[in-house]
Order: sequence, then structure tokens, then C-alpha cells
Amino acid sequence: MADLKLVGITKSYGGLAVIHGIDLAVRDGEFVVFVGPSGCGKSTLLRIIAGLEEVTGGDILIDGVSVTRLPASDRGLAMVFQSYALYPHMSVRKNMGFALENMRLPVAEIASRVERAASMLQLTPYLERKPKALSGGQRQRVAIGRAIVRDPKIFLFDEPLSNLDAELRVATRKELAALHAEIGSTMIYVTHDQVEAMTLADRIVVLRAGRIEQTGTPLDLYNRPANLFVAGFIGSPRMNTLPATVVTAGPDGGMMLAGREIAAAVPDTLKPGDAVTLGIRPEHLATVIPGDAGRSQASDLTVTVDLAEQLGSETYLYAQTADGNPVTIRQAGQITITRGNRIDLLIQRDALHVFNSAGLRVAQSATETLG
Amino acid sequence: MKIAAFLTRRRVAGRRIHWTDIVAYGYLAVGVVVMFGPVLWLVLSSFKTPAGLLEFPPSLLPMAQVEVTVPGQPQPLPLFRTTLPDGQVRDLVQLRRVGIVAQMADPKDPTQTFRVPIDKREPVRAFAMATGNYTEPLARFDFLRFLWNSIFVTVVATAITLLINSMAAYALSIYEFPGKGFAILTVIGTLMIPITIILVPVYLVVTELRLVNSLWAVILPGAATPTGVFLLRQYMLTLPRDLIEAARMDKASEWQIYWRIVMPLTMPALAVLAIFSVMWRWNEFLWPLAVLTKTESYTLQIGLNAFQGELQTQWHYLLAMTVMTLLPIALVFVFLQRFIATGIGNTGMK
Repeated sequence: MADLKLVGITKSYGGLAVIHGIDLAVRDGEFVVFVGPSGCGKSTLLRIIAGLEEVTGGDILIDGVSVTRLPASDRGLAMVFQSYALYPHMSVRKNMGFALENMRLPVAEIASRVERAASMLQLTPYLERKPKALSGGQRQRVAIGRAIVRDPKIFLFDEPLSNLDAELRVATRKELAALHAEIGSTMIYVTHDQVEAMTLADRIVVLRAGRIEQTGTPLDLYNRPANLFVAGFIGSPRMNTLPATVVTAGPDGGMMLAGREIAAAVPDTLKPGDAVTLGIRPEHLATVIPGDAGRSQASDLTVTVDLAEQLGSETYLYAQTADGNPVTIRQAGQITITRGNRIDLLIQRDALHVFNSAGLRVAQSATETLG
Repeated sequence: MKIAAFLTRRRVAGRRIHWTDIVAYGYLAVGVVVMFGPVLWLVLSSFKTPAGLLEFPPSLLPMAQVEVTVPGQPQPLPLFRTTLPDGQVRDLVQLRRVGIVAQMADPKDPTQTFRVPIDKREPVRAFAMATGNYTEPLARFDFLRFLWNSIFVTVVATAITLLINSMAAYALSIYEFPGKGFAILTVIGTLMIPITIILVPVYLVVTELRLVNSLWAVILPGAATPTGVFLLRQYMLTLPRDLIEAARMDKASEWQIYWRIVMPLTMPALAVLAIFSVMWRWNEFLWPLAVLTKTESYTLQIGLNAFQGELQTQWHYLLAMTVMTLLPIALVFVFLQRFIATGIGNTGMK
């Protein structure tokens, strides 16, 4: 168990910089998820922490001690690879005990540690099997077991679930969360799947093009995305983004959205005439049933439905506004709306995100702080 | 029955023979004759007597003139089918020959003799195996010694080749160090120079090391082969990098990564290299000829060369011992050809 600190980490291959100065502190026992689209540098960053890649600049501190110049084997970390990287010629027992043999532990100690980890991961019946005789989920557990037996300072996971099928991925995700709760180690987990990030993380680090876009708890990121990238990346289906223009600023302000003026709180930092982007999550749009007598206010937006996805418990409507911007609406329950229908929508005002022309979040009030 | 069915397989089972079947079998038959004919010729000839080897026209099977032991004669006498002046044809033995006339006798009744011109008779020949071709060299020459030397060179050299080639391949594929590309070029480049070109300098080195006439002089200079290093390097490059990195994370030293992770996974390529190395070493001729000058250090190939004198070549011994030399390598092929084929397929080497 340990804490980790990254100070100004940079990495370039030849002249091509891929990591541009990452500063990050991971607390002892924290589960941190690096998430981002492919090519954002999240795996490279993990490999830098592991010691499998050298840094171009910056410092890595584990428990306050710089390990930047130490080789991977001396950092005391364990890594679970995307491909599991099990030694194909060794039995499960040998795979899990290999690191312990290299640490020159006594045979009895190795055996007891391996069996403890195996029983924790329900691998005891498979200890004498070779990896090729195991299913994908079992291999994954062996790879995790290989990390556990070493009792490492920090666990590193490099997209460990991406080779599993959807059902197994959900099951293993739960097991990982339970494992973290049980052993309480510091864990760093890389994924491109924002659902994994949301469900597993104590704290999410969103990366893009070698830079940290935002760091925060899952709900922080969901509720207060710092910019349009994070807004679009976190949450599924993704947040709707619509161009709008400020008409009046202030708590009782107004904005022009798709040719209609809507009343909404507009941050004071904006001036009338400013172009902004509105972010609205699919679940924060409500449909107004045509001819609904109890309707108390005029609709905010009118869209034409392109596609309705019925999932039983909920319905996703994919629609577009009159000026051609796509809008996704999540509705609870089953509603019968078909292609070509025009529907009126209401925007839940307290869940409206405003981004300025640079794509950065504009704080709604003085009390709101960025995560 | 199964074998017969196997050997007469057709394009479409059960149908009449199609012309393509005939062409296919014809083509394969030509292949068998071209490839197997010389070997068969060698094996049959190795059982011929020296006279049988030199006779013209040559016979395919080892034939020898029938000799009969006749009462009253110390040596067995050659048997001829003779046409007597009265037109009668009888099998007679030759007692002696003077010029173009031979004195012949009936083997059953040696007192009955005939004087016959030599063009009136033909030798009676029968199939006979001159097994002495095999037994005599084994007794007269130290052939078992040559065999032992060959086996020693082959086994030890193959073991050393596997070890140092795999170590070089590991360094050139997995181990990271500055100047690796240059090292690869240098190593492969210098290894590519054939022994014929550097024969003299290498010989001088071997002489300085006082290794002449030692089997180590044969084993050591050729232990690193470009084919071996390159084959193993290419195979090691295909091993998943994650495995090596996992081993690094598992605190394995470079030696442990090499010995416990990379070597077991390189087995298919090592098997191919082992088979090749055995064949190269067993058949090696030029370099051993240069460094082995004493009979007791001869390998089989050099021993064979000794039958080829300046004035006279003992073809019957040479052929018989060639068969002996071919046997081990043929056995290696018969039992391991499956591995060679799959191994070459796996390693992408042709």
C-alpha cells in the first residue's frame, strides 16, 4: 500500500510528444481510473508508472521516494495486462508463484500465498492447469491473482476487462470492486470504457491527447464536467450539445436556442450576444405529450424523431432539431413514438450545462466549483 | 487392404480413373525415380564386389559369378555356361585358362575335362551380396572410432549451437540496449561470411589455440550460425511483449526471463534449429578436412575420404560406408520430418 505522486511527467518518442506534463497525486488506498479515447496516452502513463517506459521529464514518487530511475522490477508494483500475459508453459500455480520465486521467498511461504490468493479468486480447482485450459474469465482471475500474491504497493490494471464478453465484464467488474474493498490497496486502472470508470473509480482522471482534462469523483465529472470533451465522454448515451446565444444574463436570463427564446439562469460572466454551447443530458429532457391539457409552460425545443429504441424499461429517442442538430432523449417506460413524429421537449433547468465558446464550463453560480 | 486403397486413391473416390489421376501418379513416379533412384543405386551398389562395380554394362542388382567347390581343387572355381563343339550346352567350371582357350571340367565329375575357346562360354551369375564391404572396413579401419567422433561432434556442437545462438537471439530481439540495430547488422553480417572465405585465418587461430586434431577445433568455430541466430531472433520477436514485461514486473532478472520464459516458448524454433544443426554437423566436410589430420580424430566424412586414394579408390568400401553414414541422418528425417515441416511452417523459414 502506498501513495503515488506524478510531477510534471512528459514523454516523447523522438520529436513527438505524447504526454504533456501530467501532475497527479494518488492517495493511499484510492482506486483511480484513467479514462480517455484511444491514443490519449492513458496506457503510456500507466506504463510509465510501472517502469516499462522511461519518462522524458518529470518525477514519479512512491511514498515520497523518487522511483523515476528505478527499473520496473524494483518499484514493487504489480500490473495486470490487457492480454493477461500469462506464461503459457506454466501451470496456474507456477504463474502465480513466479514472482515470489524471483523474490526468493521460502517454498512454504510461496505455496501458502498462492493458495490464499487462489481461494480468494475461486481458482483452487484450477491450480495445476495450464492457461490454455482456462476460460477467459478464469485467465483474467489468474492474472489478478498473480498481482495479489506479490502484495504490491500499487496495483496497475491496463484495460483488464476488454477481452471479456459483456456479461463477464459486468461480473468481473463487481469482483474487482469487491477486491478493492477487501484488500484496500492503491489501484490504478486504465480503460476507455466510461461505464467501467464510473462504476469502479473513487476518482476518475479524464485524459485527452496526453493532458488531463479533468480529475474528480465519478459524480463530480457527471454533474459538473469541466469542458465539452468531458461532458461528451462521461455518460452514455452522450450529452446533447446545442449551440445557443445569450439574450440576457443573470438568474432570470434568457437564451436563444434553435430559434426560440428560453428562460434560464445565465451566468453573470456572460454578456448578451455571446455564443455558448448548451449541454443537456438525455434524461434531463422531458417530452410534452401533444394536446396535454395540464401543460403549464411552452415547450423549449421541438424535434423530429429519427429512431426510437425500445429497451422495455426505458426508451431512447434519437431526434434532430429544426436546424439539424442531433438530440438524444431518454424516457422512462415505454412510449409509442415513431419515426417522423415531431415532439416538444422541456429542459430540466437545474441540469443545464453552459459552455463558453472555448468549450469550457461556465460556472452557474459562485458556490459551484470545478471538480 | 488399407494400404492398397491408400496407394490407389483417385481424384474422386470410387470413380473410374480420370486422366488427371494418371498424370498425377506419373509425375509422382518421376519424382520418386529422380529422388530415390540414386539412393537405391547407392545401396545396391554397396553390396557389389569390386569387379561387379566395374563391369559394363552395369547391373542393377549385385550379381556375382557362381563359384563351385570341386573335389580335388583347393579353391572354389568359377562356373560357366559352355557351348561344347557338338552343340551341347553344359554348366562347367574353369580349371585354368591359357590365352583364348580354357580348360573346363564338369563340377560333378571333375575327371571329365574339355578344352573350350573363351568366346564359347558365359559366366553363370547369381544374386550375391558382398557383405564384406561392410564388415571388413569395420574390422580393418577404425570405423567405430570415426562414428564416435562424428556423434560427439554432432551432439556437442548442436548443444553449444542451441545455447549460444539462443542467447545471441535473445540479446538481439528482446534485450534492450543502445546500438542494438548496429549490433544486429554486425553479428549477422560477419556470420554470413562462409567458412571457405575465412578458412585460412580461422585455421591460424585454431593453430594458435593448439586445437588442431582436436574435435573442439571442428565444434567451436561453427557454433554460431547466421541461420540459427536469425531464425531464433525472428521467432523471439513474435513472442508477445506483454509476457516479457509481465516477467519484468515479476522481478525476473534478464537471465530468468531468457531461461524460464523465452527458452520454453522458443521450443518449436529450437527444435528446427537442432534438426538442421544435426544435419549440418553430420555432413560437414571441408572444415574438418582442414583441421583433422590424424586418423584417430577423423569424423565419418573424413574417414570416407580416406578410401579415395591418389592411385586407387576402394569404391566398394566407400559406397558401403556412405550408406552407413547416411543411415543416422535418414533415421532423423524419418522420425522428425513431421517436426521439421511444422517447425518450418511455424517459424516462417523456408
